[in-house]
Amino acid sequence: MAGLSVFQKIWNDHIVAKEGDRFLIYIDRHLVHEVTSPIAFRSLREKGLTVRRSDLTLATVDHNVPTTDRAKPIDDKLSAQQIEALRVNAKSYNLPLLDYQSPLQGIVHVVGPELGFVLPGVIVACGDSHTSTNGALGALGFGVGTSEIEMVLATQSLWLRKPATMLVEIRGSLRSGVTPKDVALNFIGRVGVGGCIGYAVEYGGPLVEQLSVEERMTLANLTTEAGGRTGIVSPDEKSIEFVYGKPYAPQGEEWDRAVNYWKTLKSDGDAEYDKSVDIGVSDLEPQVTWGTDPSMVCGVSERIPNPEGFRDQQQRRKAEKALEYMGLKPGTRIDEINVDAVFIGSCTNARLGDLIQAARVVVGRRVSPRVKAIVVPGSQLVKRRAERLGLHRVFIEAGFEWRNSGCSLCLGMNSDRLAAGTRCVSTSNRNFENRQGFGVRTHLTSPIMAVAAALEGRFIDARELSLDNVGIGG
Amino acid sequence: MDKITKVTGVALPFAYDNVDTDQIIPAEYLKITRREGLGRHLFNNWRYLENGEPNPNFILNDQRYRNACILVAGRNFGIGSSREHAVWALADYGFKVIIAASFGDIFYENAAKNGLVCVILDDKELDTVRRAALNQPLELEVDVERLLIRYSGMELRFKMDQATQNRLLTGLDDIEYTLKFYSHKIHEYEAKKPAFLGPRKVDLEGLEKAFE
Repeated sequence: MAGLSVFQKIWNDHIVAKEGDRFLIYIDRHLVHEVTSPIAFRSLREKGLTVRRSDLTLATVDHNVPTTDRAKPIDDKLSAQQIEALRVNAKSYNLPLLDYQSPLQGIVHVVGPELGFVLPGVIVACGDSHTSTNGALGALGFGVGTSEIEMVLATQSLWLRKPATMLVEIRGSLRSGVTPKDVALNFIGRVGVGGCIGYAVEYGGPLVEQLSVEERMTLANLTTEAGGRTGIVSPDEKSIEFVYGKPYAPQGEEWDRAVNYWKTLKSDGDAEYDKSVDIGVSDLEPQVTWGTDPSMVCGVSERIPNPEGFRDQQQRRKAEKALEYMGLKPGTRIDEINVDAVFIGSCTNARLGDLIQAARVVVGRRVSPRVKAIVVPGSQLVKRRAERLGLHRVFIEAGFEWRNSGCSLCLGMNSDRLAAGTRCVSTSNRNFENRQGFGVRTHLTSPIMAVAAALEGRFIDARELSLDNVGIGG
Repeated sequence: MDKITKVTGVALPFAYDNVDTDQIIPAEYLKITRREGLGRHLFNNWRYLENGEPNPNFILNDQRYRNACILVAGRNFGIGSSREHAVWALADYGFKVIIAASFGDIFYENAAKNGLVCVILDDKELDTVRRAALNQPLELEVDVERLLIRYSGMELRFKMDQATQNRLLTGLDDIEYTLKFYSHKIHEYEAKKPAFLGPRKVDLEGLEKAFE
């Protein structure tokens, strides 16, 4: 009999029941935020139901919170109402809430792992598509809609169809200045935004082993942008070490038992997958998106493609429409494109390691006067730790704004939204039309590429700046 | 949720691939605490001009398709954000069926839970239906029971996973059903769960104070 993959092992350990082609899967952790939850709580209340396991639920506010002064009240009435609704719901169902002014508040996919609330081997559900991020720890994260949030609140389980499995083996080593973000964008470019629909994607190979857990989070996070149902890396010593000592993580004998269990979860050498993909990354250069979905991406030394060269008629139309929206002409060199704004943030790239890498490029340099640049840490803990290292001074002295945590410009639900026509380089995950504000043109890159663009006022290969000490695995 | 066995209505050809849920309903309309009334903001940024007037070049504003309830889309419909608001907006506008070559996974699940039927056809079949709907309003019948699409004397077979088909045909509420028939199973499962998978009990206020 063939071995099992990490996905299959975790899935099998969570089957409560099976009915035809659907499984009742137990949910070990439920992360809740202010935007997708209020209607679920309302419906729960209307049905006279309650939260089954408040101890397995953790709530935070992130999607619409201001990133400016936390002492001030929230101007946006609707945002304030949603945050207040979560407060009321948390209180009435006795849910732990990392509120607006909490020193532990942060983006839901950052705080879960950071507090040890998410552990290897658990299944996490959250009303947000980037729940796949948790896969970096060897957990399974499922992004769900509001009906399923209500289902988890009421039953601590979900009816799921079993996804197919895909192994993505990443071969080769990364050149200096090339990051997991570039690997992920390049992968999405190869397979397309629908390439992983229906699949649980596992990342493997020697490079993934070398990556830090935070870097694996960037990979796992972006699985959803290739359409993947979830993304995962087998737990190993790094993920176990990551969890050690975190507030919600087991301790003492329980810890030892947990470690023994986690060690059994690694994918077997003879595990079978429905699909296997090999990608070589040794020649990869920093990636920049040029269009309106993350698969429209190229290397920094390349030129904006000519849609006429696309064989598929639909792709050609989509590219033409994207270039019109982006205000770009075919044949333009990437480093000829000027930028107006830079956003370092989001659940994709705003953890401590991202900020350290970005700051190393910034040291001793200035943000171009034509650029508005903001740094929004992934959580208030990340912010605090970055400040301990003095990173805030590096950013502020260079001309970046140093903000409080939240989703901010990743989806433009708060006042950080930009004006129409602004060209923004963003370390986030989606370059969809109007995402960062009506008519805003978003280019996705790694943190160091975004910083380099902020300094130069145009795209530049970050490797042209001195990049001492900017490697992977940190 | 109502039981859905058959939907008949006018098809609207929507020739875009990779339509993400940000386009279906922009983030600014997620700041609601009720799900009703989102239909007027469906495809907001494509449907209205900057001055708020309907965009005459956008097909939803084409009077010929005013009563359409079947959207014939392209590949990868509903990718991106998990927002169920996208489904609520489509349903509130009046759409009952979306036909596409593929759907974002979370969108597909959200749709089934709201009685919005997602039909998957291969590229070629989809193209045939879309072309037929392009020049004049086309009446389509989508039979969820027999998994058939009928129009102008034509018949197309489609596949649907059993779980989704059952949910549409029975209109059952998952939560009610699970609590009624599976509560004991969930209890049994929880009783077997090892304690080390926790989480540990944490005094959150104390923890917050430590980091203030």
